[in-house]
Amino acid sequence: MTVLRTDKITMKFGGITAVSQFDMKIDKNEIIGLIGPNGAGKTTCFNMITGVYIPTEGKIYFEDKNITGIKTHEITKLGIARTFQNIRLFKELSVLDNVLIANHMRLGSNLFSSVIKTPDYRKKEKKITDKSISLLKDVGLDNIMYEKSSSLPYGKQRRLEIARALATDPKLLILDEPAAGMNPQESLELMDFIREIRDRFDITILMIEHHMQVVMGVCERIYVLDHGIMIADGTPTEIQNNPKVIEAYLGVE
Amino acid sequence: MNKKNTLTLISIIAFIVLLFILNINLGIYQMRIFNLCGIYVILALSLNLINGFVGLFSLGHAGFMAVGAYTCALLTMSREMKEMNFFLEPIVPWLKNVQVPFPLALIVAGIMAAIAGALIGAPVLRLRDDYLAIATLGFSEIIRVIFTNTQSITNGALGIKGLPSIGITGKTWEVVIWTWGIALLTIIVMVLLINSSYGRAFKAIREDEIAAEAMGINLFKHKMMAFIIGSFFAGIGGALLGHLIGTIDPRMFFIVLTFNIVLIVVLGGIGSITGSVISAVVVTIAMEVLRVLDGDIIIGGYMIKGIPGMRMVVFSVLLMMVILFYQRGLMGTKEFSWDWILNRKKKTVKS
Amino acid sequence: MSFSIFLQHLVNGISLGSLYALLAIGYTMVYGILRLINFAHGDVFMLGTYIAFYAMTSFFLPWWMSFLIAIALTCIFGIILERSAYRPLRNSPRISVMISAIGASFLIQNLAIVIFGGRPKAFPIAPIFSRILNIGGVSIVSVSLIIPVITAIALYILNYIVNHTKVGMAMRAVSRDYEASRLMGIDVNSIISFTFGTGSVLAAIGGIMWGLKYPQLIPLMGLMPGLKCFIAAVVGGIGNIRGAVIGGFILGLGEIMIVAFSPALSGYRDAFAFVLLIIILLVKPSGLMGQNTVEKV
Repeated sequence: MTVLRTDKITMKFGGITAVSQFDMKIDKNEIIGLIGPNGAGKTTCFNMITGVYIPTEGKIYFEDKNITGIKTHEITKLGIARTFQNIRLFKELSVLDNVLIANHMRLGSNLFSSVIKTPDYRKKEKKITDKSISLLKDVGLDNIMYEKSSSLPYGKQRRLEIARALATDPKLLILDEPAAGMNPQESLELMDFIREIRDRFDITILMIEHHMQVVMGVCERIYVLDHGIMIADGTPTEIQNNPKVIEAYLGVE
Repeated sequence: MNKKNTLTLISIIAFIVLLFILNINLGIYQMRIFNLCGIYVILALSLNLINGFVGLFSLGHAGFMAVGAYTCALLTMSREMKEMNFFLEPIVPWLKNVQVPFPLALIVAGIMAAIAGALIGAPVLRLRDDYLAIATLGFSEIIRVIFTNTQSITNGALGIKGLPSIGITGKTWEVVIWTWGIALLTIIVMVLLINSSYGRAFKAIREDEIAAEAMGINLFKHKMMAFIIGSFFAGIGGALLGHLIGTIDPRMFFIVLTFNIVLIVVLGGIGSITGSVISAVVVTIAMEVLRVLDGDIIIGGYMIKGIPGMRMVVFSVLLMMVILFYQRGLMGTKEFSWDWILNRKKKTVKS
Repeated sequence: MSFSIFLQHLVNGISLGSLYALLAIGYTMVYGILRLINFAHGDVFMLGTYIAFYAMTSFFLPWWMSFLIAIALTCIFGIILERSAYRPLRNSPRISVMISAIGASFLIQNLAIVIFGGRPKAFPIAPIFSRILNIGGVSIVSVSLIIPVITAIALYILNYIVNHTKVGMAMRAVSRDYEASRLMGIDVNSIISFTFGTGSVLAAIGGIMWGLKYPQLIPLMGLMPGLKCFIAAVVGGIGNIRGAVIGGFILGLGEIMIVAFSPALSGYRDAFAFVLLIIILLVKPSGLMGQNTVEKV
């Protein structure tokens, strides 16, 4: 079953084409990598998929529904969650609050009953709190859930950001450079972690990553972008041996 | 019911008892200042909801207060009083004969301010940071200019005099019940709101709009909610202020009024309910105490001639010092909690 | 309306527009470099007028010397303002700096009330500024013609400084990219001081001419013109000096023409700026001359 399909999406900023005619198809429970040199348009692709930018041309389908031009928060509600290249946690708030906030959109209580704390609201609040705590347990952050999120070490902040994205109950999880700034040991743990959440939460994962060891180790299929154009797609082995990819990364004399 | 809730309930009851004691023992002047404190608590909290919890830097408060104050005044005044006020140009007939009880007028005042908030919020809440600040300030100024010019509705620049006293009976003992009663209600509503799922969503927007939206929070809807609730309470606060002073005119709702409230919130700590409450009370009382500076002071037989306006200078110097050296204000984003007292007790028991 | 009366209004509009333009430039330059609405700029303008007033009335200096002294002292004051109220918060959130600006404005106004007194003062006007000229049947007070001329000279000099001198180049660099300029060895602090100094000089010139045209001085006189001129800067495209000038003229001419063409609306004159602001923010938030910016995700 196809989870996400992009149909010739193009993004132009003024005269500059950041992404051109990009086609992608992701099936359920796949782990897909999106790689390419700096400025290749990877994050722009993510921003189009999550509704931050509206593609200049082309269409995006999520579970066969056209989501082109839909607002970011509505796309999240449909089941696409993301993390950010430069971690964007709610810094002043606790670890638990960060995850609870991701539950807000599916809470199903109106403002009034939340303020007067109706029994129904209390029940829902308890449910999302339990759910959030168990999620934090899954990612190994439950022992520090009352700490301020900005006080966490870098690796744990990344983990929390993923946990927060998972709390929106996504079908597709989009990770923007999850291994950035991690040491080799942390990167290895991250690979296991990504596989683990895919299985545990029964989701599909799309990630941008520069760390080749991580990409080749965890992704089942890879798309390669260069200057906004897709130059290759295939399994890690195919990509590693693709002369075009080598050229894009190393340059040719 | 757990221990903390019991403590809260006891404190509220104790506070109400205190109100009655103060009511009997304080003079008219002191009582007036005390009432003013309550009103500033309402105003500071309503601004803090918008500016501190959702992180929207709005400078439109004076406008919403004006809407509330005028609505309440025109709804409670008798036909005779209105005719006396509107001597330059007669009041429009549909307003002339309306007179409703104070509580109803107060609610309508809040609702009118909330409607103004919704109408203004819809276009400007899409703007960011300082653009939002200047746009809300602009709308507040437009409201003021409109009120200055609609002679037959607001009596224009002449203003309205002789607003009835706060309350149903018109007796002075009733005033404090309304000012501090509503202040207490505002505190409770704010605490409940901030500690709900919506309150968390508000804080998420303050911390990082882009991440909040990516977590499925509808930014515009939530900003509107906070803005409308904030304007509602601003309208109520404005109405109470008008009736306490007894006179309103458009000049009273100048931008400086908004700035005063912003500064109270900053002193208390942007994003702290406790801070706003303490700051509103302290600043209101301090402004009165500092009045000493404006008059002549006699120290050891020597008289230092008073300089009018000196208290405002001292106040603004203190304020600048807080802004520059103690940016987080009194409380930062912290809140009072019974744990402070309970835990301390536990510690002493252990030792 | 006869043509000669229209011309009179036009001259008035142009001179008011000139004053707005001078003040708007100060806002736009500071915003361009620090991303800060300098709420105290209107009070700097007020201070310039008062200093000139006291130089003339208490020290009995000739008007031209008073004006020069006022401009110099206001310039120094602008630099001190930045050092004491904004520089300590350079690395704080933008909101803190904006609050500091509001606080500084509040302090200056209250100080002015204590020092200068709350009562209005009459600005003395040398005869050269109050001559009635009769040009082709249109009678105009000389100050209304002097204002645009002085403004044009000031703008010419400013344009030269910004576009043809080293310090001007540094200013443009800092407003384009603060961090990169610092790394390139530009002394950002002195550039910021220079910007505040320049803005304050223009504000003082504007303030003095304001006194000559509307000779009633009160400590809060800077508040409304200040807000309006910030709006002029936004309308023109904040950060853009040319835009600020255009915005200033649109505002000045607009206000005068509204009153001229429909006296019934004259009460709404002060709302014109704010209505214009709202329209611009909704239609083209970057202003007439500004460029759109997209926040990076």
